[in-house]
Amino acid sequence: MPSRTVSHGASGRLRGLFLVMVLVFLDGSVFTVAVASSDQHSPITAHSGSHKATDHGSHNNTGKAFPVLDLNYENVRVPFEISLWVLLASLMKLGFHLVPHLSNIVPESCLLIVVGLLVGGIIRGTGETVPPVLDSKLFFYILLPPIILDAGYFLPIRPFMENLGTILIFAVVGTLWNAFFVGGLLYGVCQIGTESSSILSRIGLLQCLLFGSIISAVDPVAVLAVFEEIHINELLHILVFGESLLNDAVTVVLYHLFEEFSGIGSVTLLKGFLGVISFFVVALGGVLVGVLYGILAAFTSRFTSHTRVIEPLFVFLYSYMAYLSAEIFHLSGIMLFFSEKIAQILTDPKRLTQSVVGLTFIINKFRIVKLTTKDQFIIAYGGLRGAIAFSLGFLLNKEHFPEREIFLTAIITVIFFTVFVQGMTIKPLVELLAVKKKQEAKRSINEEIHTQFLDHLLTGIEDICGHYGHHHWKDKLNRFNKKYVKKCLIAGERSKEPQLIAFYHKMEMKQAIQLVESGGGIKMPSAVPSTVSMQNIQPRPSTKPAPERAIPQLSKNKEEEIRKILRTNLQRTRQRLRSYNRHTLVADPYEDGLSDLFLKKQKMFQIEKKLKEMNTYLTVPAPPPDSPTMCRARLASDPQAYSIKPASNKVPMIQVDLASPQSPDSVNLLDEFGQANQQEEEEQGLMMKPPSRPREAKKPSEEDEAKDQQRLMRCLSDPGPSADEDEDGAFLP
Amino acid sequence: MGASQTRPEHNYDDLTDKSGFSQEQIKNLYQRFQQLSGNHEKISRDDLERIPALNNNPIRKQIITAFFDKRNQHQNDVGSLDEIGFEQFLMVMSHFRPVNSTATEEEKVTVRKQKLRFLFNMHDTDNDGIITLDEYRTVVEELLSQSGAIETEVARSIADAAMLEVASTNVPHMAPDDFYEGITFEHFEQILKGIEMESRMSIRFLDMNTATMRCGKLSS
Repeated sequence: MPSRTVSHGASGRLRGLFLVMVLVFLDGSVFTVAVASSDQHSPITAHSGSHKATDHGSHNNTGKAFPVLDLNYENVRVPFEISLWVLLASLMKLGFHLVPHLSNIVPESCLLIVVGLLVGGIIRGTGETVPPVLDSKLFFYILLPPIILDAGYFLPIRPFMENLGTILIFAVVGTLWNAFFVGGLLYGVCQIGTESSSILSRIGLLQCLLFGSIISAVDPVAVLAVFEEIHINELLHILVFGESLLNDAVTVVLYHLFEEFSGIGSVTLLKGFLGVISFFVVALGGVLVGVLYGILAAFTSRFTSHTRVIEPLFVFLYSYMAYLSAEIFHLSGIMLFFSEKIAQILTDPKRLTQSVVGLTFIINKFRIVKLTTKDQFIIAYGGLRGAIAFSLGFLLNKEHFPEREIFLTAIITVIFFTVFVQGMTIKPLVELLAVKKKQEAKRSINEEIHTQFLDHLLTGIEDICGHYGHHHWKDKLNRFNKKYVKKCLIAGERSKEPQLIAFYHKMEMKQAIQLVESGGGIKMPSAVPSTVSMQNIQPRPSTKPAPERAIPQLSKNKEEEIRKILRTNLQRTRQRLRSYNRHTLVADPYEDGLSDLFLKKQKMFQIEKKLKEMNTYLTVPAPPPDSPTMCRARLASDPQAYSIKPASNKVPMIQVDLASPQSPDSVNLLDEFGQANQQEEEEQGLMMKPPSRPREAKKPSEEDEAKDQQRLMRCLSDPGPSADEDEDGAFLP
Repeated sequence: MGASQTRPEHNYDDLTDKSGFSQEQIKNLYQRFQQLSGNHEKISRDDLERIPALNNNPIRKQIITAFFDKRNQHQNDVGSLDEIGFEQFLMVMSHFRPVNSTATEEEKVTVRKQKLRFLFNMHDTDNDGIITLDEYRTVVEELLSQSGAIETEVARSIADAAMLEVASTNVPHMAPDDFYEGITFEHFEQILKGIEMESRMSIRFLDMNTATMRCGKLSS
């Protein structure tokens, strides 16, 4: 989906941006931590004090001098500097991509770290104090949630669930192993490598273990930032990413565990046991909270069909509140985003197939699609550490950990290493090892049909065998889902819609979007230029939207008439839409004289309608729109019927209807075309009678005519629902 | 169950060869067969239709028919049977065996072709070697049949769109007057080449335990 990849890319950058912001802030703070914490208020007060002094001074001196031009930097200092940094980072990002070769070698996050360092260095150099910097609160409550939420929202659920078993094993067992191993090793090294009096040997085992736990957590933000760019195949991506997210639970528990222990100073078996329990509490608790909020959100969204603009807000708020609620209990905020998303989307768990060398070996025994050595290597290599590790380190209480500074430095080093070295080299490595890349191909409708068919077939065979296997349970869950859950949580008609139809519409949408983006060219959805049209498939012309077909040349006067009608309608629609929408529509089509462009824009209307339909179908509320098209799509009229009230010698009226729950589908659209084919009244111009309901056999009028009508129908911008149309329930299952 | 092994042991060997199942698997399947057939030698369609779990399956008719389809017996025969014996049962089941991880590329290709062939036969009901538009429409309609009241229009449109896609990927340049007869087996392979059939179209046969088979309570 183009729009999705765009936003994905954007969010990847966003992540990188956050990463650097964090690092910038933290860097600055670490280097000048003493200064910052003690002096951060004083310079400001000093400045403002002096400012006030001068102010007073000037007041005293000049009586009532009115400050015409006053420099009041101090008030805006903090936001100003922060914005400046962000601006700088963004500009660097832009510039980064302008340099052609650099972006291929160095991942964005590396560059942003460098920028951060530069800025920090400059600040240090000029002796300026750092403004109130990132403290852990800011990081954990403001910066991190959007990143994780965004990542979780766009998580492809199906591969995630399919590999859930593997991901969990990697996350839990892998992280545990890592933490203990690194911690233990560190302790060993500290003891052995140094004299007993040096600072290193004072690092106790607990501290080492704590360090191990902090550092062993693969950071989802960093991973995302890098993996986004290498376009690795979906499986690996989801494995690394999923693991990085789920190991948050492990990390949190270990962290708190060791922190507690080092505070108390003694470890008993009971405490260890409690620690294990707390792990489960954290993990499951996080999941539960997420599910709860997810259900709430889904339930709420059921009623928002009339106030669509609020929907994104709900999504964000619920997620954020869930995160905060979880933080109350020290639960894993990150883990719950997933469960929430899952609850929201109510997908079906696929088979639990059955992660780095040793685990994978065991895991491979259970997996049907095996992980090769190459994959394992990438998984291991992709484990980047990042800001989360750093902030955890930052959070350490100084009393218990006098060696905090050392830790922090070590953490920074590790982060730098992983991000820079691993980040930069992972791409060439991927190429070198010829790891399977992400397949760009979108799923075709045939694949979808046959996949579903296959699912049912396999379930049936399992039933015949008497074997309660994956498909059986999956099918059961599906039915449960459909029967109970969906009914409660999804409004009205949508709940009954089968997946295939939803997919079909989605696909139509994609095609439509592609059409627009390709500039109205005659592009096949499969990117195979083809002259095949429906006529080739069956003797009777059927209902395929125009993109499949070579767009015919309209005769001049037909075009004129079309234009006239569309103009009038467009005007009305635009007037209404303007009142709702800040974003303006496409450029005024009357100003350019190009017929192509004009018609293209009509198509865009079409597409936006379709987008809207799509959105009403998918149970996920559409992501916050990144383009005006989405807004427009929502507010565009419900293309309930393509029929217009027959009115002789009058231009068809078009009404804008907002988001009626009865959403038709593009099949409807198709059918309209089919009906339109039957119209032989092209001499009357553009009179459209309401199509008669069941589709009769269509005689092809002469081909041109049919195509004209089709084209015309497509070109109509916003048909309104006509009162006499007994559309209801026509197509929706 | 108490069904004694009426099949002598040595017959299992050639069954193993033909179907590729292991002895263990064949034994399990045989027990299941006995259960389904009510200890008779042959299974009829009714026996399969009585399986309660299949009631929710939208394509159960096709599945059951597939068992009685001679084309799936690897014997180049056509037509359908009224009853099948254990061997035929096994042969149909063998289509769903997962491919060995040790198999060579060639073997994988063969297995894949076999599985695709099975699928193809399920769609090509009149056995003319192509899936016509009507047959395809039937497929989609059946698929959607369990989802409540669907207008046939929807299913038809989906099938039409799918057919169009097949046509355009396989025969990109058709004159406006040409008629695309239907999906041949080659085209079928082509459009499904994105799906890894060898691994997707398989179920695990090993761990069937007759003791846990609850859905086998057939009323006879």
